[in-house]
Amino acid sequence: MANSIRTHILVCTGGGCIACGALQVSAALRQSLRAHELQDEVKVVETGCLGPCSVGPVSVVYPDGVFYENIKPEDAEEIVTEHLLKGRPVERLSRSNLLAEQEKPEQKAGFFDKQVKIVLRNCGIIDPRKIEEYIARDGYEALARVLTEMTPDQVIDEMKKSGIRGRGGAGFPSGLKWAIAKKSTGSPKYVLCNADEGDPGAFMDRSVLEGDPHSVIEGMAIAARAIGANRGIVYVRAEYPLAVERLRLAIEQAHDLGLLGNDILGTGFEFDLEIRMGAGAFVCGEETALITSIEGNRGEPRPRPPYPADRGLWGKPSLLNNVETYANVPMIMLKGADWFASLGSDKSKGTKVFALAGAVHNSGLVEVPIGTKLGEIIYDIGGGIPAGKAFKAAQVGGPSGGCIPRQHLEVPVDYESL
Amino acid sequence: MDKRIDSREALSALRARVRQQLEPREGAEALRITVHMGTCGIAAGARDIIHHFAEQLDRENLHEVALTRAGCAGLCDQEPMITLRDASGTEFRYGRLDQRKIEEIVQGHVL
Repeated sequence: MANSIRTHILVCTGGGCIACGALQVSAALRQSLRAHELQDEVKVVETGCLGPCSVGPVSVVYPDGVFYENIKPEDAEEIVTEHLLKGRPVERLSRSNLLAEQEKPEQKAGFFDKQVKIVLRNCGIIDPRKIEEYIARDGYEALARVLTEMTPDQVIDEMKKSGIRGRGGAGFPSGLKWAIAKKSTGSPKYVLCNADEGDPGAFMDRSVLEGDPHSVIEGMAIAARAIGANRGIVYVRAEYPLAVERLRLAIEQAHDLGLLGNDILGTGFEFDLEIRMGAGAFVCGEETALITSIEGNRGEPRPRPPYPADRGLWGKPSLLNNVETYANVPMIMLKGADWFASLGSDKSKGTKVFALAGAVHNSGLVEVPIGTKLGEIIYDIGGGIPAGKAFKAAQVGGPSGGCIPRQHLEVPVDYESL
Repeated sequence: MDKRIDSREALSALRARVRQQLEPREGAEALRITVHMGTCGIAAGARDIIHHFAEQLDRENLHEVALTRAGCAGLCDQEPMITLRDASGTEFRYGRLDQRKIEEIVQGHVL
């Protein structure tokens, strides 16, 4: 049967779900589908992180919108025979029913309700191993627009107007950083990506690289065009093997399609990207230490100035942003700076991805407009504290962050308040 | 792997070709056809019905129509049966289906 496949079962294969057996679940589903001759009717798609990591392995069936959690390989047969063959969703495995809220208002979970997904727009929806699925969701269209319709100055103006600030933590205005790197004389220039996410419990950047690596590649290519660079390096910690594997595959596929390399999209623009793995030192997340590490030296910071935008890698002008910042760039170019600036708070625009962990009902990966109150993240999205216990404090922002006590639950989470 | 994309137009062409494959995940369906797959439905040939719908919808390039399954609707003597929900949320039930009626539904109601 050559008909298009109209039922997709998305199995989360983010790092967390893989660790609790998602690959075995996926294999068992495929096997059951074949046994019931449904393989041409139902497609199993392995995606990046879907979000609610604490109930993994998780899966969503589309177009039904049924969410399954805590799936074991031996549950696959029941999902296939009951749901996919007979049309009866397995309620036992969709207890919290995170997606089908309209049907069970009393169980309104809210996990997905208040989230706004820009950085995670494709995470958990596409197969990160297939560049076609990224392209299907407007992937590389932003790069095409930048290369054919915009001057480098227009790209930088758009970045400035959007108000985006670096997602690595310091919150420096990204557009300004790009402008400095463009103005800087010296050649060649480099575009660097900081994927040395080292804060304990943080897995935002890992999830983006695992779930939607092309968004980072596209963001870096746009940055390269804007500042006049032809080479980029992603510095990833070696503890992220799956992120490295998927990013490497994504780079290869982009090369094969001519979206990296020489004469991209027939415009004459050239951009190459490579991966450098860090041996896992917390300090290498600091920009000057990261650059020193890429150069092959011990990852020690050096005083600034000179800033990397003037004298960075090999003493040349280098633009360094983190994973999440680059992943935002294609959307800013596609939907415009005004749209981006309409999200978030006065001084902090857009969204922020958080890794939610600890004593909350729904822990996992969430993305909210900047300025969302801490209490909303913990109670509405996180589902509150288990066993009816009282909130004591939340620790935010890693070792350099702080503990936020109960009286500040109403504080909007943005750069200023943190 | 597809061949090299050498222009913005080629990128658009590839996107148009692969976009329909992701349609079931987009959640913005214009119309939903639910085939009732209770034991009664399957015995009356509901599996063929779902294949016929898939075939017809493909033929008319209707990738934004969701095709899904549900259990018994309680009208076992009307099987095989579907429920068609249009964009306004109104539901229509069609019973005792065969290939000819499916063509009629796709041509007359869906299109």
